Amino acid sequence: MAATRRTAWITLFTAPALVMMAVFMVWPAISALGYSLYDWNAFTRGGFVGLKHFVRLTEPPYRGELLAALKHNSITFAAVLTVQNGLALLLAFGLYRRPRGFAFFRGTVFLPVILSLVITGYLWQLFLHPLFGPLTKFAMSTFNLDEFAPLGDSRLALATAIVISIWRNIGFPTLVFLAGMNAIPEEIYKAAELDGASDWQTFRRITLPNLGPSFTIVVILSFIGAFEWFELPFVIGGATGNPGNSLDTMALMFYRLSFGDGSSAVTDLGLGAAVSVVLFAIVLIGSHFGARFLRQREVQR
Amino acid sequence: MKTAFRTLGLALAVCAGSASYATELSFWSWRVEDKAFYDTIAKDYKAISGDDVKFQAYKNTEYPTVLAAALAAGGGPDIIHTRAYGGLAALADADYLLAVNKGNVPNLAAFGDGVMLGAMGRKPPHDKNTYGVPFATQALGIFYNKQVLAKAGITAMPKTWDEFKNICKTLKEKKVACIANGSGDAPGLEQMFGVIGPNFYGGTAYFNSVVNGSKNFTDPGFIKAIEEVVSFKEYMPQNQMSVGENESRTLFATGMAAYYFTGTWNIDTIKELNPKAEFDIMPAPPVTVGGPVFVPTFADGNYSINAKSPKRDAALKFLNYLASKEFGQRFTTELRQQSAVPGVKANDPILASFGEQSSRNGTPFLMLVGFRYQNPNGSVMLRDGIQKVIQGTGTPASLAGEIQTGLATWHKPIQK
Repeated sequence: MAATRRTAWITLFTAPALVMMAVFMVWPAISALGYSLYDWNAFTRGGFVGLKHFVRLTEPPYRGELLAALKHNSITFAAVLTVQNGLALLLAFGLYRRPRGFAFFRGTVFLPVILSLVITGYLWQLFLHPLFGPLTKFAMSTFNLDEFAPLGDSRLALATAIVISIWRNIGFPTLVFLAGMNAIPEEIYKAAELDGASDWQTFRRITLPNLGPSFTIVVILSFIGAFEWFELPFVIGGATGNPGNSLDTMALMFYRLSFGDGSSAVTDLGLGAAVSVVLFAIVLIGSHFGARFLRQREVQR
Repeated sequence: MKTAFRTLGLALAVCAGSASYATELSFWSWRVEDKAFYDTIAKDYKAISGDDVKFQAYKNTEYPTVLAAALAAGGGPDIIHTRAYGGLAALADADYLLAVNKGNVPNLAAFGDGVMLGAMGRKPPHDKNTYGVPFATQALGIFYNKQVLAKAGITAMPKTWDEFKNICKTLKEKKVACIANGSGDAPGLEQMFGVIGPNFYGGTAYFNSVVNGSKNFTDPGFIKAIEEVVSFKEYMPQNQMSVGENESRTLFATGMAAYYFTGTWNIDTIKELNPKAEFDIMPAPPVTVGGPVFVPTFADGNYSINAKSPKRDAALKFLNYLASKEFGQRFTTELRQQSAVPGVKANDPILASFGEQSSRNGTPFLMLVGFRYQNPNGSVMLRDGIQKVIQGTGTPASLAGEIQTGLATWHKPIQK
């Protein structure tokens, strides 16, 4: 009896969230799968074509586009995982030790996160403007360069966008790590101190292993963020991931195919939906196994 | 997925917003910059007809999405500002547009077949009908800044393509940027190709050959045309890889570059950026003295009617007004763009003289006119491809091969 009532309560409390999930997450995902199986004339559904659009994705020119986009997403993930989260960990450790001006530094690190991504993108485009950008002028005069066009050069654009993204987002993993560090019981540190452990040993043997749950969150969110990366490449490079598709991502490719690229209104909703299904599968499978693997590694207390 | 929600939201908002009064026609557009003009037109039209016209403009990058979502939801405006060629054809083929012709819009009788090509559907039976009143024709050429050239001691106009390139060489030696175009964004490169290309691929004759399939995109002339565009890399401004359309316009208008490959739609913007700029437009000089000259042209877009509009008669009447010489003249005078209405004369001397050139030497702006009907889209492949070649990946020949493969997936005549 008690068990039934408990189940009833659980159902009651989770129902609103489940309904929201179903309407706004599960249903669009299923309908995208449905869309990908049809031909489309602008936004009017044509005939059923089965897996034709998925086959088209494996043929030129879409195969190249898809692989390039996937590569850019993967590079972004690798950079965010190592550089952004590595720096965030160091920053968090610095802040954890409560330096003078702690509140100020914590605020500064987190500040860019609350800036709108559109503004961030625009701001950096101004910094790096080819004619009057202050960073452009600084770099050209300091290093005596003939050319400095990091956002226009297809070899540098992705790296530059990643740097901008890290600059903006680093506050979030920093706060997660900081919260994780604050949750580690003081006694453990006291014990280590009594045993005469060095700073590095304390960090390596106590802080890091106890940050397991924080790592799980940060890594999974980095993965999802990197693979669904859209806003910054769109602001900087438009729907084609300019220059030369070097900022193209899977989400951008989906957008471009489904809704046109601004200068041409020709759309291909079926193909776009196929890209979104592939993207959804990657994110779902990746985060599922990633989370499982990372949880196993968390320290049990 | 976020985008799907946005679309849904827009669709809902649009449904809610489209309920209107009996004599009020809604008119959607991407021409945010022309709002004042269309508002005046609406006022004057009300005086003539008694009907209200409500002009609503969306940002050009969002317009296709907003419009498509509204139409898909069964709503949308009565009058639709549509693009030309592929953009219009996609909507016409989906049954969203009302077929218009001299039968229901009498003033269309004066329009030539060339400009009406931009208003046709693509798939049968839509390929037999026209779906809009063309509003402007655009032409591309080489803008030249007279002050910059005079200051560099260049007074004679180049008579051949080689002479033009020699001027660039001279300017480069004098540390003046020859051309304002850079490879920072891709659409500007398609415009460069549009101006330079016809000299080398052979203008209209080649256009017709790739349309009917007697030639394809691996043709040596087409490859040579790409090579010529790429060869201008050394004459581009400093930091050219970050110089996109906005920067190019600024460089040219402020006298920091001598030439600028672009189209007539930029005349007004350049004058606004620098009212003192002294410039004119010339076509690309021919390969040999007295050889054929080509001015790439295209229909810019159309005024169309929503097939589901409940106010069809009022909409047709308004469209007929938009096809009148009176409106065309105002369009050209006030917006400084060449109206598509036949017989309209431009007051702007630059537009008038170049408009005359383009009616004599016009050739279709290759990809926009012929190959934007489906994905992969010819314009996107060409412009992104040229950008990549300029920035060091790929060659003109490999790009031509990619374009051939891509377009052959849907343009049947070149599948061989």
